[in-house]
Amino acid sequence: MFYREAGDFKTSYKADNQTFPIRFDRYRFYAVLAVAWLVIPFVINDYLANAILLPFLIYSIAAIGLNILTGFAGQVSLGTGGFMAVGAYSAYKLMTAFPDVNVLIHVVLAGFITAAVGAAFGLPSLRIKGFYLAVATLAAQFFLVWLFNKVAWFYNYSASGQINAPERTVLGVPVTGANTAPWAAYLVCLGFVTVAALIARNLTRGTLGRKWMAIRDMDIAAEIIGVNPLTAKLSAFAVSSFFVGVAGALFFAIYLGAVEVGEAFGIQKSFLVLFMVIIGGLGSIFGSFAGAAFLVTLPVVLKLVGVDLLGWPTDLVAHFQLVIIGALIMFFLIAEPHGLAQLWRVAKEKLRLWPFPH
Amino acid sequence: MKKRLAMMALGAALLAGPAMADLVFPSLSYRTGPYAPGGIPFADGYADYFTLLNERDGGIGGEKAKVIECETGYNTEKGVECYESTKGEGALVYQPLSTGITYQLIPKTAADGIPMHTMGYGRTSAANGKVFEWTFNYPTNYWYGASIAIKHILDLNGGDIKGKTIALLYHNSAYGKEPIRTLQELSKKHGFNLTLLPVDHPGQEQKSQWLQIRRERPDYVLMWGWGVMNQVAIQEAANINYPMDHFIGIWWSASENDVLPAGAAADGYKALAFHNVGKNFPIYDDIQKYVVDKGLAAGNGDQIGTVLYNRGLYAAMLAAEAAKTAQELHGTAQITPAMMRDGMEHLEMTPEKMEALGVPNFGPAFSVSCENHGGNGLGAVAQWDAKSKSWSLITDFMEPDQDVVQPLIEEDSAAYAAENNITPRCN
Repeated sequence: MFYREAGDFKTSYKADNQTFPIRFDRYRFYAVLAVAWLVIPFVINDYLANAILLPFLIYSIAAIGLNILTGFAGQVSLGTGGFMAVGAYSAYKLMTAFPDVNVLIHVVLAGFITAAVGAAFGLPSLRIKGFYLAVATLAAQFFLVWLFNKVAWFYNYSASGQINAPERTVLGVPVTGANTAPWAAYLVCLGFVTVAALIARNLTRGTLGRKWMAIRDMDIAAEIIGVNPLTAKLSAFAVSSFFVGVAGALFFAIYLGAVEVGEAFGIQKSFLVLFMVIIGGLGSIFGSFAGAAFLVTLPVVLKLVGVDLLGWPTDLVAHFQLVIIGALIMFFLIAEPHGLAQLWRVAKEKLRLWPFPH
Repeated sequence: MKKRLAMMALGAALLAGPAMADLVFPSLSYRTGPYAPGGIPFADGYADYFTLLNERDGGIGGEKAKVIECETGYNTEKGVECYESTKGEGALVYQPLSTGITYQLIPKTAADGIPMHTMGYGRTSAANGKVFEWTFNYPTNYWYGASIAIKHILDLNGGDIKGKTIALLYHNSAYGKEPIRTLQELSKKHGFNLTLLPVDHPGQEQKSQWLQIRRERPDYVLMWGWGVMNQVAIQEAANINYPMDHFIGIWWSASENDVLPAGAAADGYKALAFHNVGKNFPIYDDIQKYVVDKGLAAGNGDQIGTVLYNRGLYAAMLAAEAAKTAQELHGTAQITPAMMRDGMEHLEMTPEKMEALGVPNFGPAFSVSCENHGGNGLGAVAQWDAKSKSWSLITDFMEPDQDVVQPLIEEDSAAYAAENNITPRCN
């Protein structure tokens, strides 16, 4: 009834090829953007920003990055935490070395540095596949964490090995450091998320994305039809790492403000982002958001319900969180192995026919 | 319009009223995860002391104390969530019991105007109150701890440890790295060799480190460990027959949970302490009477009297005393976080005061001032007796080497001040 092509006439190829060809979908997208940009900044508070929205937005970027690599190009990676660390430490070194340059530029540059590192660690993917590649990226994860722990230059020789984000402003408004207003931090992250999602969506719809998907589906066949595996795989690693690096830089500079590499960017972070991608849906930009939202907000919601509403002991709630999230992950993967994005797709198909399914 | 504004103000005051009635002490605890063996007893002690005050004295200065617990799992992201969710409740002082979370919260608490007390952990240079207005780490800190450990080794060797080798086995995090710089300075001063052996989170895997210790046989091993890392290290030390009385842990590697798994092999293991051990204090009678017997004990109630329970108790006691000081200073029972900060800055712990609190000789006497947020740093050495399953202090509370530590604190806090454009106060 609402969600259908009928009556939505396209008169140009451009209109036919747009990201959201169905009118209802398009308006929904604009509505989400309008709420995110025009409503939330006015109602946001410290808790909402720091406990839910900032981690959600930042993990969304990381999940988009990993989704490009794993979901679109089919290269399994367990190095996400390490690449986030590259983004964070590049941002830190840039922020402290060039204090006069705008921090947003530093975040983008940190993304490019991570892209270079990611491409370098993507080289083994030309020779090895599947689980073996996962192990090679796992090596990247451990090597990078070790490196940032070992070489004091990366943390400016501070006594504790911690890196702290100094205060930096954008247009006179502080966006890093303790005096950041929640709306400022939120808008910076939202800006990066919006741009990242648009870039990712359009990349995956274009030539590059089709090459990645060809490699994913069958690399030998892809090579025969003229896809160069070298450029396709390395570009997937580079683009993926760029997003992951931006996420790492924001994670450090805007969200936490102080990080320690082993704790913030350990192997568990790699798994967390991988779970987001798997639960959300491999090969789907929307899935990246859904997975991030699921794994970021669910623990908070469970905590609010368990501790604040029911008044249970905190340790009981913490253990229940593990049980419930584990059970839900299993349930989702059994009920819908293609993730939340597939559920959404099925829902849309049903909506198309509704209310006359036959 | 004016009337409506007044109404709104009244409404806001009424809404804010009940929330402000209690003195809120958030407890960012961790009862789950690899650091829970340390987190549980501390959180129990912290909660039980405030329960005791409420039940026995009707609160602090007539105001009930309220402990809000929030589970962090020793994880900084959850720590931030906990901080944001509790700060609106009128939190008076934060004690995160995690050096990682401390680093997060130092700028945040300063911006929000809420004091933070990191008792024997956290950022050492926060002892310099001129730079760190809202952060306190009395009565002692890691650098003093490192200095006291070396002092103890000096005492054992008649004051000469030239050419000896001392290994530092540390948790590879901000926490474990803190003492390195002090130990390096001390090694220059006393001429010993320092070997650094990092152990990665969570610390269950230490085979290669202990292989190295077995090969090189350092004369002493110092440990900066926490959670499961401690138990594993002591077990590994027992496995290679390392002499336990040459193995000295920091006060966070000093609980019953750390030595009990190794059984009799842990006998003689040493650890630092900045407060007394055991439950031979009058306050434990009150805890039994007002807390345990009434069924109000936090957690399972099975940690009472352990080292870390005592530490939680001590942390709560210092917070309550600071709150009392603040109430006297400002002449009001309903103190704000800013008043609490003043109270902490004027806190004075004397032997008489501790006697009156039911904990004679529990900790060293110290006082806090505007310049000095770190106390005097006294510490003692405790030793584990595996037969009686108890710790006992084997030295007096010792003075750390201020000549080495003080310049380091000045240097580090000056760097922080320069990084964050802080003008030193207290002039």
